Amino acid sequence: MAEIRVERVTKLFKNVRAVDDVSLTIADGEFMVLLGPSGCGKTTLLRSIAGLEQIDGGRIVIGDRNVSDLPPRKRNIAMVFQSYAVFPHMTVFENIAFGLRMRKAPKAEIHTQVQEAAELLHIENLLDRYPSQTSGGQRQRIAVARALAMQPQVLLMDEPLSNLDALLRLEARAELKRLLNEIGSTTIYVTHDQVEAMSMGDRVAVMRGGRLVQVGDPLTIYDGPVDRFVGGFIGNPPMNFLAATIRAGDAGAVAELSDAGEIRLDAADGLGGHRGPVLLGIRAENIELHSRTGGGMLRGRVLVVEPLGSHNLVTLQVGGEQLKAITRPDERLELDQEVGVGIDPARIRWLDAEREVALTDDAEAGPGAGLGPPTPEERDAAPPG
Amino acid sequence: MSVVRHDIPLARRRSGREHLVGRALIYLAATLLALFILVPIYLIAVSAFTPPDRAFDFPRSVVPAELNFETIVFFLNAFGVVDSFWRSVIVAMITLVLALLIGAPAGYAIARYAFRGRSGFRLVILSTRAFPIVILAIPLAVTYRLWGINDSVIGVALMHTALALPFTVLITSSVFVSVPRELEEAAQTLGCNPLQAFLRVSLPLALPGLAAAAIFTWVLSWNDVFAAVILTLQNPTLPARILTALTQSPIYFQFAAGFVMLVPSLVVIFFIRKYLLGLWGRVVK
Repeated sequence: MAEIRVERVTKLFKNVRAVDDVSLTIADGEFMVLLGPSGCGKTTLLRSIAGLEQIDGGRIVIGDRNVSDLPPRKRNIAMVFQSYAVFPHMTVFENIAFGLRMRKAPKAEIHTQVQEAAELLHIENLLDRYPSQTSGGQRQRIAVARALAMQPQVLLMDEPLSNLDALLRLEARAELKRLLNEIGSTTIYVTHDQVEAMSMGDRVAVMRGGRLVQVGDPLTIYDGPVDRFVGGFIGNPPMNFLAATIRAGDAGAVAELSDAGEIRLDAADGLGGHRGPVLLGIRAENIELHSRTGGGMLRGRVLVVEPLGSHNLVTLQVGGEQLKAITRPDERLELDQEVGVGIDPARIRWLDAEREVALTDDAEAGPGAGLGPPTPEERDAAPPG
Repeated sequence: MSVVRHDIPLARRRSGREHLVGRALIYLAATLLALFILVPIYLIAVSAFTPPDRAFDFPRSVVPAELNFETIVFFLNAFGVVDSFWRSVIVAMITLVLALLIGAPAGYAIARYAFRGRSGFRLVILSTRAFPIVILAIPLAVTYRLWGINDSVIGVALMHTALALPFTVLITSSVFVSVPRELEEAAQTLGCNPLQAFLRVSLPLALPGLAAAAIFTWVLSWNDVFAAVILTLQNPTLPARILTALTQSPIYFQFAAGFVMLVPSLVVIFFIRKYLLGLWGRVVK
């Protein structure tokens, strides 16, 4: 178990900054998810922590050791690869024992540790088989068991579930979460699947274009994305964004949406006195639909209703823009029906209209959150949507 | 409904029959191919063990009338044949070792490292084979005399290594490409340094392919006549000896010579066969 400190790490491939000045602290025993679209640098960052990539700037500290220039074998880490990288010419037992044998552990100890790891992953009956005689799901378990048998300070996982089919992935996700909770090792988990990130991570670090965009616990990021990219990337359906203009009203401020009406805000509007054009971000589940219109609600027209069993996903035309809302499955809506769109002002996320970054700061959200308050440059560097 | 229910087994039966026909065709093709190779080998063997006076019998008996070692023994006792035989074996072995020692690391480098001019390097390697070696004959002979390695085992082996290297490099590089890099990286995270990761993971997985490269190199050296004829005079390898000495000999000695040439190649392939099958049968994933 150990804390991991990534300090201003940069990794270049030719002239491309695959990882660009990233700082992140992962607490002892924490489960940190690196999340981002493909090519965002998350895997490169993970491989840099593993020592499989040489970093071009900054440093990486595991526990109290600066490991930046150490090869992987001296970093006391274990890694689970996306392809599992199970050795095909060794039995499952030999695979799991590989690291311990390299350490020259005594035979008896190897035996008990392999047995323990195998039991943890429920593959103790496969120990004599070769990987070619096992299924994809079993191979994934072998890879995890091989990593755990090392009892590493840090466990690194590179999209370990992405090669499983959907049903198996769901099962493996829950199982892996239980297992890692039990072991309590410091874990960095790379994924492009925002559902995996939300459901597994203690904290999630969202990356884009080699930079850290936002770090925080899943719900904070879900409710308070720092910019349009994060709001659109996390959550299904993605957060809705509508152009609005803020003007002073009688009591509080008023948000005007062209051709769709206006929303009255109270004193705690979260705007920080901002007036003028803004982006209004709202989650689909925070939108209520009413058959009557008016009364502080926006006007909308039903475009599509998709029944999904547990709820209906409704696409609405609101002014010049489209909006996704979630309704109860028994709610009756006709196509082209005019509806009132109720938006709870307390759940609105306000973004700057031009830069598309949040107007208000949350304590934890923001680039460099792991290292204290973000500097103005870091804040500006968050790429626009 | 009932129509559908009738149709399914019918369709299945038809596809089953097609499957059977397909298999039969494959076996037929395999048998023909095997016969194409085995029949000449068999005829050579039979002729080699037929007494000289019956070598021209017609019609030819498929089974040798009597097992007779006269021809073979005479051939083996002929001047220098045994010497040449061992010389050929040694040359082939040296060639195999040298070619793998130089070629396999080169193949590994091409497979694993993205260095400047890698694709150009591949092309240059390949283009050496396009160079007509006949043009080299005289300069080569002269150089060998200058260096004092003409008419020697090591001289021929060096030439064979040069001839075999392009293939060795290309074959081994494609072998190492098929071993995923992630396996080596996994080994490194599990406590190996890069060399250990190579020796414990990549090498065992590459072994079948390396064996194929080794066979290829061995057979290339064993079969080579041209370089051997140019570079040796008093101490020829077996093919060179056969070519120079036996063209004037009666045909049954040529059969005996052909048989002696064939056997070592067959033995080598027999022992290395396991790895060859492994190369095609095992999926490195």
